[in-house]
Amino acid sequence: MSLESLQDIWLTYQSTVAFIGLNGLLALSVYTTLSCGQLSLAQAGFMAIGAYASTILTFHTGLPFAVNLAVATLLPALVAIPLGLPVLRLKGVFLAIATIGFGEVVRLFFVNLDFTNGALGLTAVPQRTSMWMIYAALGAALFVLWRIRGSRTGHALEAIREDEPAARTMGIDAARYKLAMLALGASFAGLAGALEAHYTYMVSPSTYSFSRVVDMLVYAVVGGTGVFYGPVVGATFLTALPEVLREVSSRIGLAPGPVRLFVNGLVLLLVILFLPEGISSLPRRVRGALQARRRARAS
Amino acid sequence: MLLSLQDVRKTFGGLAAVDGASLSVGSGEVHGLIGPNGAGKTTLLNMISGLIPPTAGTIVLDGERIDGMPSHVVASRGITRTYQNIRLFPALTAADNVLVGAHLRRDAPLWRRMLFLPSAAVEERAAQDASLALLARVGMSGQAGERASNLSYGDQRRVEIARALASEPRVMLLDEPTAGMNPAEVVAIAELIRSVARTGHSVLLVEHNVKLVMDVCDRITVLDFGKVIADGTPTEVARDPAVIAAYLGGEAAA
Amino acid sequence: MGQQIVNGLFLGSIYALFALGYTLVFGVLDILNLAHQAVFMICAYAALVLVVHLHMPMFVAFPAAVLLGGILGMGVDRIAFRPLRGRSDSNIAGLISSIALATILEAVVSQIFGPDVERFPLGSVPTRTLHIGDAVVSELQIVIIAIAAAMLLGLTWLLRRTRLGRRIRAVAESPKAARVLGVDVDWIISASFFVSSALGAAAGILFGLAFNNVAPDMGRSVELKGLAVIVLGGMGSMPGAALAGLALGLLEVFTVAFIGSSYRDAVAFGVLFLVLVLRPRGLLGSAALREA
Ligand SMILES: Nc1ncnc2c1ncn2[C@@H]1O[C@H](COP(=O)(O)OP(=O)(O)OP(=O)(O)O)[C@@H](O)[C@H]1O
Ligand SMILES: [Mg+2]
Repeated sequence: MSLESLQDIWLTYQSTVAFIGLNGLLALSVYTTLSCGQLSLAQAGFMAIGAYASTILTFHTGLPFAVNLAVATLLPALVAIPLGLPVLRLKGVFLAIATIGFGEVVRLFFVNLDFTNGALGLTAVPQRTSMWMIYAALGAALFVLWRIRGSRTGHALEAIREDEPAARTMGIDAARYKLAMLALGASFAGLAGALEAHYTYMVSPSTYSFSRVVDMLVYAVVGGTGVFYGPVVGATFLTALPEVLREVSSRIGLAPGPVRLFVNGLVLLLVILFLPEGISSLPRRVRGALQARRRARAS
Repeated sequence: MLLSLQDVRKTFGGLAAVDGASLSVGSGEVHGLIGPNGAGKTTLLNMISGLIPPTAGTIVLDGERIDGMPSHVVASRGITRTYQNIRLFPALTAADNVLVGAHLRRDAPLWRRMLFLPSAAVEERAAQDASLALLARVGMSGQAGERASNLSYGDQRRVEIARALASEPRVMLLDEPTAGMNPAEVVAIAELIRSVARTGHSVLLVEHNVKLVMDVCDRITVLDFGKVIADGTPTEVARDPAVIAAYLGGEAAA
Repeated sequence: MGQQIVNGLFLGSIYALFALGYTLVFGVLDILNLAHQAVFMICAYAALVLVVHLHMPMFVAFPAAVLLGGILGMGVDRIAFRPLRGRSDSNIAGLISSIALATILEAVVSQIFGPDVERFPLGSVPTRTLHIGDAVVSELQIVIIAIAAAMLLGLTWLLRRTRLGRRIRAVAESPKAARVLGVDVDWIISASFFVSSALGAAAGILFGLAFNNVAPDMGRSVELKGLAVIVLGGMGSMPGAALAGLALGLLEVFTVAFIGSSYRDAVAFGVLFLVLVLRPRGLLGSAALREA
């Protein structure tokens, strides 16, 4: 293969590669709160805060991009704390609904903000995100979650997920841990928002709607929330899939949008019904099944 | 007295589950709490451990009022417990359950682990060894790596005791620790409770197994319809006419 | 002012219908059915197809599409919820599987009809207007409010006075106890989905008529509004949902009139958020289905 054709392939797929990284980071942000049993759907709101904050800094200050990214990472975490104090007392579905409400409030705040051009958003954002930044951010998030697993903190989170009242009678300050995880997840989302805005040249409120959080949740669930890298597996699979589908749907003459939606929905449904631990559990399952068969044959 | 309850009440929608109970537990004492079904024993333990606030009354641990404190603060003051309807963390292994119990005893800041400091690894090793030692103490060393949900009923109760012990509590609350165990297992639990008391922990023991209570307890409080009807040494309580009436009444009705 | 109230009641009665179905399933199963909005949308299309392509009159197409909605609802239960029953995380898993199903249904509809807005033909609905005081009211608005009110009364009657209603309430109270008493719980849940989705279907058709606008994503914003309504009314409470639906309709109309149209949605979610933080039980407690 010639150098030019390799370059062509890279040019065609580099945005897919970038979005795999961004979506992976977003999926991890949902996973982070889910790891102590809390379903927060405020993630698109946090993402919007990160995206807008960094873009405003880019337009109005001469600060280095690293500083903008740091602000986009910290600000959502700071917002998450006063949000979480009352909201994390809610359980299960109620928490999900309250955080949906928060996400919509944030989005509508930006819709009504003239300073950032309202519903149209800001365009011509300078492209300052490069590929390595996206993957460095994803790597950092994975590193943090990997080190938490198996630590005293990690055990406390698992205990809260399994039985919160019992965990508290073991001396675990559940409220503090849940708040910390909400803030950590918020900062992942904010960072992803900032990186995305400076990659796609734009921010607009419609990017941060409820369906965006649903996408993140779908990545996490399809990949599997039993292990910290599961959500990234899900994001990779579901971000790469449409590229394949685009080819297929154009051959069989269907509109690519609905086909993508359909396959996403179908994959999600099949996973939740038949593979509750997600596709990242497939290798383990296959190995288990093979072992069982070998044992059966041996006896 | 290490732990004392004064006129503690709990009402659920008008019904008094605990109706002005007072009792106290001394240091290193094994204190029995018995009474017919529905007498309010579990409700009393729930109030002591901070799961539910009392409607009225005071609970004092070593001079500090703990009633109304959140349960994780109560735990940090030195009270942990087991549950009548076992509440292990089902997806965790037996060893990890005990490790969670040691939460308050561990000094393991996350940043050390993030930086791969050797001190973090040393602390983890020590915590794991300690939890294995506790499992051995309750006779569970063989199943440390087993998921809690896969253990038998009696084994789960033993892991729960190990988990409660892992925080080195000043007072351990046991809610029917031998329910569903065979006589040999009950003897082992009795021995364990005595050894726990010998190492300086106090125990508040709720039990229906009268023989076990008589054997291991220093003092016994009897609860009936939320009220204390007797309090004293095992021999005093066994002779008390009110206790005999409550138990015979209960049996006659059954 | 009078005009605003009429418009608010009109919008609110559609929200109320949608939310009643939502909250009925929540009351029975403690599960949020996020495929409710897909049924809402599909049935609006169904009515449209019956009227435009099969030339049925509206008064035949409406009940037919409502019936279809009910059957779809039973299908949703079978595919997205029943297989998960008994799983420890069933209420979050159910939330996700119903999102999956909604996505699939929306994809199918947009494949068939395309993303563009469809409209009911002129003359398929009454268009005359009346004057009540200083308010101008269209016949359509009156019909919609009347249908919503009738369905609300019908639902109350169903839950209070019929054997099915008593059983639904028994299952809501405690599925275990109901099973012991010999109630076929799976069947009752199916029936609840039928009723719930029929209400959602009716809301969808009326919504399509009211704004003469049927599109594959029409359910999305109503879904979030519906959440606000059932939270405001108290999760699982029927009278609460009806009341809160009307309240939200009025609130939105007044917001548009006095603050500005871009704040219309912000009000709904602001209310939703505040209620959950300040008074999670909502206006009318959470046990109200049992007394319905
Ligand atoms: N959360 C609650 N809500 C309402 N009533 C309750 C609650 N908890 C306990 N009760 C009632 O309080 C009374 C005391 O219950 P409790 O569980 O404390 O009894 P117990 O002595 O532990 O009984 P057992 O020996 O059966 O375990 C019972 O009548 C019970 O039904
Ligand atoms: Mg009890």
